[in-house]
Amino acid sequence: MSAVAKAGRAFSLPGKGSKKRSRVLAALAILGAIILPLFYESGSPWVEDYTIALAYVVMALGLNVVVGFAGLLDLGYVAFFAIGAYTIGWFASGHFAQVNIHVGVAEQLRDVPGIHLNYLLIAVIAIVLAAALGAILGFPTLRLRGDYIAIVTLAFGEIIHRVAVNGDEGVFGIGEFNLTNGRSGINPIDKIDLPFVERFTTLDLRPWYWLALAIALVILFVNVRLRDSRLGRAWIAVREDEVAAVSMGVPTTKVKLLAYSIGAAMGGLGGSFIGAFYEQVNADQFEFSFSIFVLAMIILGGLGSVWGVVVGAVALSLINTRLIPDVFNSVPQKIGLDFDLTQLGFGIFGFLLVIMMVLRPQGMIPEKRRAAELVDHIGTGSESVYEVRK
Amino acid sequence: MEASSASASAPRPRRTRGDLSDEIAKYVLIGLLLIMPVYYGIQDLADEGDLSRLATNIKDGLSNGAILALIAIGYTLVYGIIELINFAHGDVFMLGTLVSLGFFGTIGLTEATGGAGLFLGMLLTLLLAMVACGTLNTMIERVAYRPLRGAPRLAPLITAIGFSFILQNVGLLWIGGSHRSVPDLVGSQDRLFEFAGVTVSNGDVLAAVVTVPLVLLLVNFINKHRLGRAMRATAQDPEAARLMGINVDTTIGLTFLLGGMMAGAAGIVYALYQTDAWFFQGFQAGLLAFTSAVLGGIGNLRGAVLGGLIIGIIQQLSDNRIATEWTPAIVFAYLVLILVFRPQGLLGEKGREAG
Repeated sequence: MSAVAKAGRAFSLPGKGSKKRSRVLAALAILGAIILPLFYESGSPWVEDYTIALAYVVMALGLNVVVGFAGLLDLGYVAFFAIGAYTIGWFASGHFAQVNIHVGVAEQLRDVPGIHLNYLLIAVIAIVLAAALGAILGFPTLRLRGDYIAIVTLAFGEIIHRVAVNGDEGVFGIGEFNLTNGRSGINPIDKIDLPFVERFTTLDLRPWYWLALAIALVILFVNVRLRDSRLGRAWIAVREDEVAAVSMGVPTTKVKLLAYSIGAAMGGLGGSFIGAFYEQVNADQFEFSFSIFVLAMIILGGLGSVWGVVVGAVALSLINTRLIPDVFNSVPQKIGLDFDLTQLGFGIFGFLLVIMMVLRPQGMIPEKRRAAELVDHIGTGSESVYEVRK
Repeated sequence: MEASSASASAPRPRRTRGDLSDEIAKYVLIGLLLIMPVYYGIQDLADEGDLSRLATNIKDGLSNGAILALIAIGYTLVYGIIELINFAHGDVFMLGTLVSLGFFGTIGLTEATGGAGLFLGMLLTLLLAMVACGTLNTMIERVAYRPLRGAPRLAPLITAIGFSFILQNVGLLWIGGSHRSVPDLVGSQDRLFEFAGVTVSNGDVLAAVVTVPLVLLLVNFINKHRLGRAMRATAQDPEAARLMGINVDTTIGLTFLLGGMMAGAAGIVYALYQTDAWFFQGFQAGLLAFTSAVLGGIGNLRGAVLGGLIIGIIQQLSDNRIATEWTPAIVFAYLVLILVFRPQGLLGEKGREAG
């Protein structure tokens, strides 16, 4: 199959000029991102919105590994956000007040009951837990085809959501254990306290922003390196033609599970940061629509395109937190309609999904190979709807 | 569509070990489905000495299941013909409920309306809901799925999700974010007669009276009518069907029309049975119906009906015995188990769904 044979050549030889140009552009973008919060007051809501946008970049890049690279449509990504957020909820708050564990936390927290770990530890735990959950949830889908994967992951996402909502009195009606504190949520969550810098506060949002930026940059780097790696090529092969990939010796089980795990780990990391940033974990955050929101980001930016996903995540996140509630909210009243535009949020994202898929399926910043699959239907082989069944 | 799965020309394969483990998986699945009724049956016998509570649960489950079956038919028809999970289908059903609710108001049907007026009004609403949902479903196909023929399977699935959100938002703007009560036109919970210790209410009869003829009509249409034959042919092999002079695009449109009409009928039955409408009802009902379709063997019409009834019973048992808020999680756990152990479902054939 040409897809597999060409996989090796796909990324190796972009034009010299373009490589240099894109490096300069990337450096400029990163520099701009670093100095961005200095243009605003330290507690400005803009900095808050940017920080959230960066957390979404982390999650979108994670989902991009699963959907964009490996081509496994994961509709239950919210599960990993949830596990990340609950990790920080459990290990950095007074939720489990019956025990006292303190590791590397500030003086004033030493006497507070509950488990209080340093954020660095929590980030590691979140990554490990989410990666494990990713492999567990991915396992049943290995035998299944694309749309069934979507449904199974969706079902898992909903199960996790149900556990989060009803987990304040046992699980599945068994027991009395308060795992998640349901809709009232777990709060307050300790503020992030990193070595060598002062403890983060709610007044100065810049450290939060820079931490989110640092995480996003690391994840971005990991994403780029993964894309160009042996594993990345294996993902392309599995995505384009699984049968051919198997016969070329690609270990599909391992490759798929790695995609789920890596994607989930990034989601867990993003989730732990958001939990800390909002200072609470609440079951209502983990709705199905969150998975679609993140999916819309990578579709808008371009499936499989790392930079596209970054742009898509920042754009949609800012549209969600800034443009719809603040800028456009008065528009319906002005043209004589009576409704609240924030209610329309997900209708707008749904519309965006349809429009993008029909008119520009390759996204704003397309990835070459994906564009060929989505626009010219090259390399989609057995995935086509009109395939003659055996 | 049953015919599509039985390819006539293929030589009958010999029984292999794969077939055997498949048979085992089928009985494991049946065993899994029986766990809840059997467990609660034994519990009832021990506690109360008779099975009337279980029987009541099953009766309510069958009524709920009839609604699910009507929705599941839409999933199964569409999947049978273009192998797409039509995510927006649950929300088409939701709009069916809203159309019914709105039209009851328009023609002034209330609890006070009696006799012939009520019957005619409901019949009219049923027809309207079916036409509205059928048309809507066909239009969605035209706009969101047809341009993506030949694209990777991911693409139409994503537009389907997009449309699901759009329709939910239409519902939200239409009746607002909270539950709306529908006038209890038929006296849904009123006792009609009693049979073997089980009270059958008006709502149960209504669900049966609407569902059974519709399903029979549909089966008849697909088996006997020229267009039904075209649908089966297209499901079996679109390319060959096209060569035989079947207009594949029209046939696919027709499939969406029929599926949407069933969803519309389910919408009005839901409105009258549950006397409640909510913009988000389509999401859960859609997932339950999809689970039903998978359980029965997706692409298989009889399977969708059977699956709908079974899932309806499981849902009712879970609602009544465990807790309503855990029901989705339990049904989804079943969905995952089915897909893991026997993706082709109870009546489906191996090889079309998994792998």
